[in-house]
Amino acid sequence: MNSGRAPIPITPAGGSKSAAFEYLTTKKDELCGWARKFSLFPYPFVTACCAMEFMSVSSTPYDTDRFGAALPRFSPRQSDLLMVVGTVTHKQAPILVKVYEQMCEPKWVMAFGVCATSGGFYQNYAAVAGIDRIIPVDVYIPGCPPRPETVIDGIMQLQDKIAREKHAILTKDF
Amino acid sequence: MAAIFDALRSQLERLATVMSVAHGVLVVEIPPSALAETVQALKLNFGFDMLLDVTAIDWPQREQRFDVVWHFYSTQHRVRVRVRTQVGESDPVVDSLTRQYGSAAFLERECHEMYGIRFNGNSDLRPILLYEGFVGYPLRKDYPKLGEQPLVKYREGFDLADRTGER
Repeated sequence: MNSGRAPIPITPAGGSKSAAFEYLTTKKDELCGWARKFSLFPYPFVTACCAMEFMSVSSTPYDTDRFGAALPRFSPRQSDLLMVVGTVTHKQAPILVKVYEQMCEPKWVMAFGVCATSGGFYQNYAAVAGIDRIIPVDVYIPGCPPRPETVIDGIMQLQDKIAREKHAILTKDF
Repeated sequence: MAAIFDALRSQLERLATVMSVAHGVLVVEIPPSALAETVQALKLNFGFDMLLDVTAIDWPQREQRFDVVWHFYSTQHRVRVRVRTQVGESDPVVDSLTRQYGSAAFLERECHEMYGIRFNGNSDLRPILLYEGFVGYPLRKDYPKLGEQPLVKYREGFDLADRTGER
């Protein structure tokens, strides 16, 4: 195992310098974005048949843990990604808004499947024609239901979006 | 099956206006006033112990605009009967079957909110699938196809008008 190279000294032997990292420079937004995009805690707001695909995409063969987005939190206060999976009816809409408002900043919303995106084929008195009518949406995933690959693509696009975002430490509210 | 239908026919002849067999189901058309007696006969004399469905059909061109439809099943004879009656738009009232069949309570609630049929004797006709404050009856043919009544205010840029325009 030891190929003969001297190990990197962690503690400096006598001087003040070592070969280990002591500091690195980066931009605050890049660092925060990098950290946040790999620690997405989804809240699955699951209302309909898309749930089957959600289960598929979170289980072993597709494994969203690779993207740091595997562990669902069933409390909106502990989650930062709201996955709206399935049709949202007008009767359900106040509940969705309440869940969204309970989530702490920073938070992102994913419209999972065509019903959450646009209402899909439900064009009637009962269904909300897209959750973006009531809450802001960051990424839309088409499909009825979407294939797991599409969902993974959506998660990766959201990660790119998070990485590009400004991550304010101090805001006007805080 | 034919034997039980013949027995039913002779028993209900007095009450029904039309009787026919469609898709293996005996269809009995009655005036609204004969409902209680018909159901009583079905339940007591022929063992129709299950109420499967209560629903309505809207025929906007017809003078008596609504068909109210009940489906019954006899676990003893293993046959189904469909009872149908006509009511008008101005006074769409029929008798409730909650006293004969407990399951009628929820079915009648749904029929009431979707079609506006009132069931005389059902004391709890609150909406069951719709929400409080919903105006109109969505499964009537004259209800606008996209007549949504949101409970949550839409975000800026999303008007109701852009969908209701398609009415």
